[in-house]
Amino acid sequence: MKNNSVVHVALVGNPNTGKTSLFNLLTGLNQKVGNYPGITVDKKQGKCKISDELTAEIIDLPGTYSINPTTLDETIVLDTLLNKNNVSFPDLVIVVAEIENLKRNLLLFSQIKDLQIPTILAINMADQMERKGISLDIHKLKEELKTEIILISARKNSGIDTLKKEIENYKNWNTEPLATISDKIDSTFFSEIKAVFPEFSLYKSWLLITQQNNCSFLSEELHSKINLFKKDSEKIKKYQHKETIFRYQIINEILKKTYKVDRAEATDLRSKLDRVLTHRIFGYLIFTSILLLIFTSIFEWANLPMDLIDGFFANLSELAKNNLPSGTFTNLIAEGVIPGIGGVIIFIPQIAILFLFISILEETGYMSRVVFLMDKIMRRFGMSGKSVIPLISGTACAIPAIMASRNIGSWKERLITILVIPFTTCSARLPVYAILISLIIPNKRILGIFNLQGLTLMGLYLLGFTAAISSAILLHNVLKIENKSLFVIEMPNYKLPSLKNVFYEVIEKTKAFIFGAGKIILALSIVLWFLASNGSSTFKNAKQFVTSQEENNGLSDANLQKKIASYKLEHSYIGNMGKIIEPVIKPMGYDWKIGIALISSFAAREVFVGALATIYSVESEGEDVGTIKERMAAEVNPKTGLKRFNFATGISLLLFYAFAMQCIGTLAIVKRETKSWKWPILQLTGMSALAYVVAVIAFNILS
Amino acid sequence: MSATIANLRVGESGIIEEFSLDLIPLCLLEMGCLPGKEVKLLQIAPFNDPLYIKVNGSHLAIRKELALQIKITKL
Repeated sequence: MKNNSVVHVALVGNPNTGKTSLFNLLTGLNQKVGNYPGITVDKKQGKCKISDELTAEIIDLPGTYSINPTTLDETIVLDTLLNKNNVSFPDLVIVVAEIENLKRNLLLFSQIKDLQIPTILAINMADQMERKGISLDIHKLKEELKTEIILISARKNSGIDTLKKEIENYKNWNTEPLATISDKIDSTFFSEIKAVFPEFSLYKSWLLITQQNNCSFLSEELHSKINLFKKDSEKIKKYQHKETIFRYQIINEILKKTYKVDRAEATDLRSKLDRVLTHRIFGYLIFTSILLLIFTSIFEWANLPMDLIDGFFANLSELAKNNLPSGTFTNLIAEGVIPGIGGVIIFIPQIAILFLFISILEETGYMSRVVFLMDKIMRRFGMSGKSVIPLISGTACAIPAIMASRNIGSWKERLITILVIPFTTCSARLPVYAILISLIIPNKRILGIFNLQGLTLMGLYLLGFTAAISSAILLHNVLKIENKSLFVIEMPNYKLPSLKNVFYEVIEKTKAFIFGAGKIILALSIVLWFLASNGSSTFKNAKQFVTSQEENNGLSDANLQKKIASYKLEHSYIGNMGKIIEPVIKPMGYDWKIGIALISSFAAREVFVGALATIYSVESEGEDVGTIKERMAAEVNPKTGLKRFNFATGISLLLFYAFAMQCIGTLAIVKRETKSWKWPILQLTGMSALAYVVAVIAFNILS
Repeated sequence: MSATIANLRVGESGIIEEFSLDLIPLCLLEMGCLPGKEVKLLQIAPFNDPLYIKVNGSHLAIRKELALQIKITKL
């Protein structure tokens, strides 16, 4: 073996087998999330040193029960394993199985094995065998399955070195197929297939024929050959069923000889927990309490770090201003780049806390109970129990949430879920809400425990949720799509969450947000700064004009400077833009400065705070910069002499942000996932119109 | 008329009898729901749907509409 060779490894396995734990163990922090070419499913990749000479490039394929995909995520597994030209095509496959559900896990193993790619079986949770009363004749099993088997425990970090040793030797693995499907089903039919596709393994040809959608990577010639066999779809379907039954027969026979379980160990805890967690009253009570806990924690825990981050970047900005030579470059740094970066960093606490909870709930197995509990209710709104997880994820960011809807089998249920997700209160709305709430709602406790500001936030969450549900009902009745749904979910055993997995999940999601949405925010902050600090001739002559005005005679130097700065802002490019839309937004109670922030928010909501920060810091040139909140609180409406962010304007803004579709990233992902511009355009116009009407009504009632 | 999974009461079991290939999705077969296997109804969700079953070692939740297609002999 030559120095530093690289071997491509794919991890395949059922959900809940600890596949991702193994991936985390093998790669550590050496992992990244990329995209599969052309589609947006997260592709988790990582590097692992196998020996001094060998490095493994590992990809963690989406969890699946079978190689025959029923959802979009699962299609990835099939595509990766069938397409030899795919960059991710593995040199070897590790099938991760779990000791307790070995029978079902072996179905997938038997399918992979028949592809005749070097394959090894890793049986996880081997440390629990004794406790669960399971005994396994490993030598016999190896022989019967024609494979190497490694017993591992991802939780206890055992068996990993043995696994690595075995990988080194992958070229010598047995690649014989496990099940010879042809003889048992229809030998004439299968020998025809064999004759037409001599270059493929029989199972691969069979898979190509059975898939409903032709795999995109095949040549024209192959397509027409495949279509020849596809004609008799009833027969193919029948044979697929026969194949599955046949595979289970083989597996049963093998396990009869090798696997013993002492049934005295009943899974008592599981049924007790199930009875409570899916109870018709306690089930919902517990679920509601968990949601309440999550949302109040986000607000309470994230508050302090967010204030610190906000203050830190305000200070940094000031520091840069005072210590760098004055000029355009310094202004760009102090007023554009630093607040821009701050505007991204400030989200980290909220996103991290939310994903902390979501990943704990998923790890424990509780999420499946939520799906079970909510399915019937969600169906009344045209969605599925599986829509609950995307809707909850939507409270972090709509983009991963829309991608998480891929495991909903029915197209109608999935489409409705995708369309209403942007109503849920995503973390990009939180800074907007947080700053407005802290300006207009007093920080008081009522009844001793409930924080008034926290309750307002809770109300906004409920509002977003209500909007999502109501529009789902509307869509359910309007959309004429046949609802052929497949709803089969596994109810995994409960387990304690692995801190390591939770940690990696939080890191990964936070990173994805920073480098995805963060880029847009930073870029826009700089563009905004430029538009705010440049303008046409009126802007350039600001100093001359303001000084020459009679009313300004006798003003102190500082006040004069302030006047010039605000005159400048008003006549900058962005000031002009804000002025243009002022008549439209006036009915909602906004001025042109808020208008600027509103325009920028259509790129991404969170830009609102950053935009106001940029606008006010350009305006307050030469003064203490202060925090964004202080600057907003000090802002006065020149006509009334009252505070700009009063109760009516504040509520109007809160409502506008609750309903409006202001996120380019989300629109782009909806377009990709629905393969049509129709749906994102519907979201953009429908939601924004609703937001406008509601904000106008609210402002006029309150003021 | 023979019984289906939807006719079971919580705690009751049956043996899966026959399959109507058009109505049972392949994925359910692949999860272990095979003819001749014992199926036990563990729980019913609030509002009587979906059903939580144990079959061939797998714990699954399926909707009632699907459960109605799977014929069984009650035990």
